[in-house]
Amino acid sequence: MMDKFFSGKLLFVGLLFAGLALYPLVASSYGLDLVSKIMIYAILAMSLELLVGSTGLVCFGQAAFFGIGAYIAVMLSPESESGHLLWLLPAAILAAAVYALFVGALSLRTKGVYFIMVTLAFAQMAYYVVHDTKLGGGTDGIYLYFKPTLGSILDLNHPQVLYFFTWVFLVWTFIFLAILLGSHFGRVLAGIRINEQRMRASGFSTYPYKLAAFVTSGGIAGLAGFLFAVKDGFVNPEMMSWHLSGALLIMIILGGLGHLRGAIIGAFAFVFLQEFFKSSDIFGAFAKHWQLGLGFTIIACVAVLPKGLVGLPEVLRKRLYGGRPSSDAQIVLK
Amino acid sequence: MDLSIFLIQCLNALQYGLLLFLVAMGLTLIFGIMGVINLAHGSFYMIGAYMAYALSPIVAHAFGGGFFSVLVIGLILAVILGYFLEWAFFSFLYDRDHLQQVLMTYGLILVFEELRSLLVGDDVHGVAAPEFLAGTIPLGDIMTYPVYRLFISAVCLLLALGMYYVFTRTRLGMMIRAGSTNREMVQSLGIDIKLLYRIVFAAGVALAAFAGMISAPVSTVYPGMGSQVLIICFVVVVIGGIGSIRGAFLAALLIGFVDTFGKVLLPEAAGVLVYVLMALILLWKPDGLFKTS
Repeated sequence: MMDKFFSGKLLFVGLLFAGLALYPLVASSYGLDLVSKIMIYAILAMSLELLVGSTGLVCFGQAAFFGIGAYIAVMLSPESESGHLLWLLPAAILAAAVYALFVGALSLRTKGVYFIMVTLAFAQMAYYVVHDTKLGGGTDGIYLYFKPTLGSILDLNHPQVLYFFTWVFLVWTFIFLAILLGSHFGRVLAGIRINEQRMRASGFSTYPYKLAAFVTSGGIAGLAGFLFAVKDGFVNPEMMSWHLSGALLIMIILGGLGHLRGAIIGAFAFVFLQEFFKSSDIFGAFAKHWQLGLGFTIIACVAVLPKGLVGLPEVLRKRLYGGRPSSDAQIVLK
Repeated sequence: MDLSIFLIQCLNALQYGLLLFLVAMGLTLIFGIMGVINLAHGSFYMIGAYMAYALSPIVAHAFGGGFFSVLVIGLILAVILGYFLEWAFFSFLYDRDHLQQVLMTYGLILVFEELRSLLVGDDVHGVAAPEFLAGTIPLGDIMTYPVYRLFISAVCLLLALGMYYVFTRTRLGMMIRAGSTNREMVQSLGIDIKLLYRIVFAAGVALAAFAGMISAPVSTVYPGMGSQVLIICFVVVVIGGIGSIRGAFLAALLIGFVDTFGKVLLPEAAGVLVYVLMALILLWKPDGLFKTS
């Protein structure tokens, strides 16, 4: 039973990645750009899932690491020629990870809602640094005139090359995090989520584990930021605003906490729902009020799907065959 | 900075801080007692401000006008709204994951923003202060200070004292405090915890809406005013210590002064000052200034 269920999940993810790999064959240029964007959000959402769903640390400042990755990518690129990918990408990841180390080391002293707000505070500080000082070009942001290259092998100016470049990192992030969460380290993180006190009592010093998770998460968010800067060719302070951090939390809760694929599903569902309700072909003039439909859909999801979209098959199975749903670990903040 | 400017800034800071306290008190009550992280709290503030704008012509038509009738009618509507919301959207969420409630309140923000846009539109509006409060009083030789701002401070202060009395001296306050400490125990003592929750939620909504209504004449009514006040109120709640009314009061005044004087003395860093303050306080005291356990 367990094996069957497990392979069902893997099958789903495999099919999803395969479908994404085949998508450029039929995609319009708009669709290609949209799905590239969603895949970047999915990477970012998975980085947050490592903290929230797997470790129980609700971080409300993920956008800062994303933004730092993006800003570093742009600021370190030479002005009149392409920068080299092999040095810009690690630099972006490293910068985000270093800031995550700083933020994590301090904010992990607090818990629950206090942790949420301290991570928000540090993210806002980063936001105001790029927003109000000369350092990051102010509110207008900065343009990236020449996209990074890897010699002549990789030309990221082509949307399709960029799409596959992003796709590779999406798959890589998923596999990396899946292996990480299945390892000893991941089991300790799960233990911390369920009962940190008991983990400490059984001899684990939990702080270094949480900090390592925080830094890893920040680094992956920096990777997503790098990809976003390369895709759009410019960065602005809104990439670090708390609205993005909030939207990411909404994505992973909507998708289903505690499951890596939940983060991917949530990112796709959130952006698709937005695009759906914004579409004036379907809603005509009412598309201007797209937030109404999105809001009611989210409320309906909370009411019907206690475990997010990941729990949809289980809810359907229960409706069809009866039976009790299995219980999941909860995240309680207080 | 000479003395009269300093004094005016002090009064502004006091008024801002007290107003923040009204909104933050609802937030800290709802979180401290019901365990709900209510992202939609800023929307209630926004709804209040828009009620002050939209209700005044209707009230003027029906009752011959009057600022206070608008306040009273708005307050009644806010209580009804809070009571209904708790019943319809929150009553089934208490044993769920906390983050499910976050998702729910996020959905509510979107719905409220769009309903506001549908019903009242997206324009910025001004609301006139009532005539008998519209004047100014002299302060020093050349400076004057608007009476209405003093009126806001006085009303907020009175409400704060009233809440303090209800909380510490009445049976209802005792039940609320008990409910925040141990829900099951209160229930087993025969107190209807569901009703208590509904009252607390309605009171929180009413406080936020009231704050929105009385602040409408000084801060214009505009879309997005809710999310701006929401974050700053979370800062207040967290600095003060979750569930602590006294903490929220002191934190609100602290934020009021830091923000107001920050804008005057360090305009380029004004936005970030509040967050730096919060980070420092929480690193010093990880559970806020006044922890209630």
